[in-house]
Amino acid sequence: MNDGSLREVRQLIARHKRWDVIFSVLGVVCLMLGVLTFVALLVDMWVDGFGRLRPEFFTSFPSRKPGQAGILSAWVGSTLVMFVTAATAVPLGVASGIYLEEYAPKNWITDLIEINVTNLAGVPSIIYGLLALGLFVYQFGFGQSVLSAGLTLGLLILPVVIVATREAIRSIPAAIREGAMALGATKWQTTQDHILPYSLAGIMTGVIIGMARAIGETAPVITIGALTFIAFLPEAPIKAEPPFVSFEWLFSGFTVMPIQMFNWTSRPEEAFHANAAAAGVVLVAMTLSMNALAIFIRYRLRKNIKW
Amino acid sequence: MVTAALQDRAATNAAVVDENLQPKAESVGLNFHYGTFHALKSISLPIYEKKVTALIGPSGCGKSTFLRCFNRMHDLYPGNRYEGEIRLHPDNINLLNPQVDPIEVRMRISMVFQKPNPFPKTIYENVAYGLRVRGVKSRAILDQKVEEALRSAALWDEVKDRLNHLAFNLSGGQQQRMCIARALATDPEILLFDEPTSALDPIATASIEELIADLKMRLTILIVTHNMQQAARVSDFTAYMYLGELIEFDQTEVIFIKPKRQQTEDYITGRFG
Repeated sequence: MNDGSLREVRQLIARHKRWDVIFSVLGVVCLMLGVLTFVALLVDMWVDGFGRLRPEFFTSFPSRKPGQAGILSAWVGSTLVMFVTAATAVPLGVASGIYLEEYAPKNWITDLIEINVTNLAGVPSIIYGLLALGLFVYQFGFGQSVLSAGLTLGLLILPVVIVATREAIRSIPAAIREGAMALGATKWQTTQDHILPYSLAGIMTGVIIGMARAIGETAPVITIGALTFIAFLPEAPIKAEPPFVSFEWLFSGFTVMPIQMFNWTSRPEEAFHANAAAAGVVLVAMTLSMNALAIFIRYRLRKNIKW
Repeated sequence: MVTAALQDRAATNAAVVDENLQPKAESVGLNFHYGTFHALKSISLPIYEKKVTALIGPSGCGKSTFLRCFNRMHDLYPGNRYEGEIRLHPDNINLLNPQVDPIEVRMRISMVFQKPNPFPKTIYENVAYGLRVRGVKSRAILDQKVEEALRSAALWDEVKDRLNHLAFNLSGGQQQRMCIARALATDPEILLFDEPTSALDPIATASIEELIADLKMRLTILIVTHNMQQAARVSDFTAYMYLGELIEFDQTEVIFIKPKRQQTEDYITGRFG
C-alpha cells in the first residue's frame, strides 16, 4: 500500500470511529439520567427521614403525634401479607410452570394458556384489587384481612413465578433430561431429581423479584380495604398453650408499609412527611435486601452447575 | 493399516463368526417418521448378541434416528411415529409396540450420548442414578454396584478417592467413561452408543474404544460413528446407511474390504461423503 492510500484509509477509520465516541457519550448521558434520578430520590428521602429512623420508630404504633408515631403495625402487616403471598404464589406458580414445560401436550389450548399467562403479568394491579374485593372479601367472606391481601398479591405475582419457573426449566439442556429418561426414569422422577433441583436458583430468583414487587404494591391493597390507622397487631401465630399454632392472624385487619406511607404523606403536618420518608427508606431497604438475597441465592445454587 | 488388520481378522474370524451368532435384537421393516418427514425407510437388520454393530453413513442418513428407536427416545417428543418392529430376544417382544412401556425398554437397553452429559451431582450419585430410579435404597448394594460399574468403565482407579466430588470436575474423557459406568450400573442387555467419542480428544477416544472391546464380552453393543476408522477398529458388523435406507450390512471385514455395493465402497474409500 503506498503512502497516499494508507493515509486515506486512516482518515476513513478515524471518521468511522467518531461514531463510537458519539455513541458512548450519549450512552453515558442516558444511563446517568436514570441512575441519578434514582440516587436523588433516595438521598432526598434519606435526608428527610433519617432523623426518624430510631428503634422506637419500628416498635411504635401510628399515633396522632408525629414524634411518637411508628411503623410497627405496618412492617408486621407487610411481613404477614408477604408470607401468605409466598405460600400461595410459590406452589401454584411452580407447579403450573412445571406442568406447562414438562407435561402439557403441545396444542392450541396450551398455547392459549401460555398467551394468557404472559398477558396476566401486564394486567394493572388495581384490576387484581377489584377482583379480590369481589371474590375474596365478599364472595368467600375472608373480609378485609391479611388473608385477602396475601391471596391478592399472590395472584398478582403468579405470572412472574410461572414465567421464571419456565425459563429456569428451559435453560436445562435437553441432554440432561434425555440422560435421566434413558436410565428409565419417569417424567416425575426426572422432574423431582433433576429438573426441579437444577432450576431452583432461577425459580427462587423469580419468586423473590415477584415478592419485591408485591411488597411495594399499594393500589390492590387499598382496594380490598386495608386500614390506614391501626393500633393493634394481629393475633400471634404461635401460642404458649396448646394447640400452639393459631390462624387467627389470617383474618385480622392490617396495614402495610406503602399504605402507612400514603397515609402520612396525605397529612397536612410537615412532621408526618418526615415519618413517610423514613418509612420509605425502610421499604426501599426491604426491597433492595430481597433483591440482594435473590442474587446471593442464584450465586450459591448455580456455583455447581455449568452447562 | 486398518485394512491389513481387518484382512488378518477376516482370515481368523471367518469360521468363528458363523458358529454362535444369535441375534439379540432384530429390526424388521422399520419405518420412522418425524412428522411428515420419512426418516427411516424399511430397515431390516439383525443386532448380534455380544457383538459390536456399527452404524455408519453421512450426516442426516438416519443412523442416530435408528439408534434412538432402540430405547424409544423418540417417544419423548411429539409428532414421531414408528412402523414395523424391533424384536428383542430371547423374549421376542416388539420394542416398538405401543403397549410396551418405553420405560421398561429403557431399563433393559442403556444409552451413552454424543456429548458427555453428567448430572450436576457427585460422581457417585451419577453412577447410582439408574439404581435409584429402580428403587434401590441399600447403601451396601449401591456402593457395590457403583464400584463394579466404575471398574467396568475403567474409571475406578482414577475416581475412587473422590466419589463425592462433582462430576463436572472430571475431564471430558473421564466424564464420558462415567456416563458409560452410569449406563452399565443397571446391567443392561444392550448398550447404545451415539457417536460417543465425537467430543473427545484422540487419547480419550482410544480409551473408550478399548472399553468397548472389553464390554462386548458381556453385552451387545450398537454404535453410531462418524469415524470410519473407529467403525473398522471396534465393530464386528457394520451397517452403511444413506438417506434413511440401509444400503449394506455385513461383517465389518466384508464392508471395509470387499463391499458388495459400489455406493458403500465409494463412501468407505472417501470418494463420497
